[in-house]
Amino acid sequence: MVADTATTDAASADSAVAAPRAPAGLQLRAWAARRAEAAVIPLGALALGLGLFSLFLASLGKSPAAFLDLVYRGGFGSSFALQNSLQRAAPLLFAALCVALPARLGLVVIGGEGAIVLGGLAAAAVATPLSGAPGGLGIALMALAALLTGALWLGAVGALRAWRGVNETIASLLMSYIAIALANHLIEGWLRDPASLNKPSTRTLDEAFRVGPLPGLEVHWGLAVGLVACLLAWVLTERTTLGFAARIAGGNVRAAQIQGLPVGRLITGFTALGGALAALAGFFEVAAVHGNANGSLVAGYGYTGILIAFLARQNPLAIPPVAFLLGGIEASSGLIQRRLHVPDATILVLEGLLFLLVLMGETLYGRFKVFSPHLWGDKQAAAGLKPSGAPAP
Amino acid sequence: MSGLDLPGDLGLWSVLLAVIGGAIRVSTPFLFVSLGETITERSGRINLGLEGTLVFGAMSAYATAVLTGSAWAGVAVAGLAGGLFGLLHGWICRLPRVNDVALGIALMLFGSGLAFFFGKAFIQPSAPQLPAIPFGNWSDLAQVRAALQINVLFLIGAALSVFLWWALRNTRIGLVVRIVGDSTDAARAMGYDVDRVRLLATGAGGVLAGIGGAYLSLYYPGSWNEGISSGQGLMAVALVVFARWNPLACFGAALLFGGAGALGPALQSVGVSQGYYLFYAAPYVLTLGVLIATSSPNHALAGAPGELGQAK
Repeated sequence: MVADTATTDAASADSAVAAPRAPAGLQLRAWAARRAEAAVIPLGALALGLGLFSLFLASLGKSPAAFLDLVYRGGFGSSFALQNSLQRAAPLLFAALCVALPARLGLVVIGGEGAIVLGGLAAAAVATPLSGAPGGLGIALMALAALLTGALWLGAVGALRAWRGVNETIASLLMSYIAIALANHLIEGWLRDPASLNKPSTRTLDEAFRVGPLPGLEVHWGLAVGLVACLLAWVLTERTTLGFAARIAGGNVRAAQIQGLPVGRLITGFTALGGALAALAGFFEVAAVHGNANGSLVAGYGYTGILIAFLARQNPLAIPPVAFLLGGIEASSGLIQRRLHVPDATILVLEGLLFLLVLMGETLYGRFKVFSPHLWGDKQAAAGLKPSGAPAP
Repeated sequence: MSGLDLPGDLGLWSVLLAVIGGAIRVSTPFLFVSLGETITERSGRINLGLEGTLVFGAMSAYATAVLTGSAWAGVAVAGLAGGLFGLLHGWICRLPRVNDVALGIALMLFGSGLAFFFGKAFIQPSAPQLPAIPFGNWSDLAQVRAALQINVLFLIGAALSVFLWWALRNTRIGLVVRIVGDSTDAARAMGYDVDRVRLLATGAGGVLAGIGGAYLSLYYPGSWNEGISSGQGLMAVALVVFARWNPLACFGAALLFGGAGALGPALQSVGVSQGYYLFYAAPYVLTLGVLIATSSPNHALAGAPGELGQAK
């Protein structure tokens, strides 16, 4: 389905080469060349990361081929595996948006994990007194509680950044640790279901409050909502004045202030929106997966979301394919542990390595002439180059 | 014993003693990481990855101590591994357009991932511990003796903070680090290789963070598990801002944070079990409060290296 932005880009680059030499075609070619760069460099980093990781495995006497085969079988190879990967991708979409939206303003917010946990907890807390209410109303209020909690939690980080100059990266991660401690306290205290003996958890939701699977699938509605959220986030950042203002403020705060842009409110708004979306992931984990709030809410989705956002270069439309890929890799973790006899942290090593390489890839943008829009579209610039010397991408 | 007139049941006094003793015990990793980060930030770069370095240092020290039977060999390996992580950060950062904050996050995940990967086999076996000096033998109160059981690394860290404070002001190397951190242009004009100074400063920061990790696994809490640090490396980075990039102030700030970290266990030891998780969150809340109190929206902070604002 949406998994192939990258290949679509590559395909459109090919077709653009063959397009007639009308000005529109030239523009398309210039656009495609620029887009191809944004796809080829992260994909190259991904391939290099898998290569280095294979060497790492081989040096430990494990077979890289077996590893790749297990990733394929555990994450993508069967209908069951695919559904499992999509199920994991759902919260990752929200977690990545929580990083990508503030990134528009040049902020690095890494506290999504805390917003997810508190969002799930807020949804579960609201559900208890609502017990017996109509299902639709209950679900709506649970989602609303999660959205508000997440917006307040990370919006506070944005406000501190905007008006006190507090480093948002450190503050958001501290807030995340505080959120997890708070959630543990409440789940083992006030909100604990006395019947949950071995694993402390909140009261199990009414059956009417559970969010079901998408029609014809076993994946819950969080996936569809997450995809829509990615689309809307793209519209917000690329097609609205608000998104444009955010980008200006991200580029140069002083210039934005001189233009009269409300920089403080933009920062607070975008971080709050990111927090609200991350909290929605927690809501779906509670309402569609666990049925109550418990320690499993702390699953590390927030941290994987950071990696996804950077792999997607903070582009909301690139988030779904990357989230699907990483959801699949994480889904295969159990299988890999059992078959290759390696620790569960194997996937963490791979993710950390990919993260490093993707960041190193940032230095390559603009270094390759192949991707220069001038070469493909801009006639004036192209006049300076040999007309036949344009290499194929 | 002494003029202290304590009742047989120490009550609140024992909480206070436990917090003081805990401050000394818990503060050492904060101290080493914040001293390391001070060196790095004074050169104009920020390394958020020290959390990962701390965790990897803890694992490598523990594993080495188990395998060789020597706790000090563990400290050496942890310092070496930390230095390698620091050099990796410094080396990648010199590539144009690589964001040092994002890179720190990547190294945080990578360092923790590697530590969990290789550390799986060392959760069970027990390692030799670092030695401590009993400064409390004059007292016949067990609580006082426990509080004044001071580890050698704490003393080394205290001496190091004085030394760094002196060296940054009075030595040629200290001057070069400060010039590079305050103005890249001035440093270039004077013929210093800015990237190389920062590379070495980040490497030195990594060494200290690795040693801080060794303290975690080889003395207090004195075992290796995956939750051993849970953000202490990151709090130490925040603490550097609070300490205004001054090594001596780092020492005081580390003691304060150590005390906050010791509050939960101290209350638990006298039977206060209510709100355990909330006391456990005390250091995070304190760090956040300190960040809010010491940050400023308009002007650079007093003592902040000039290049740091641009790096952020």
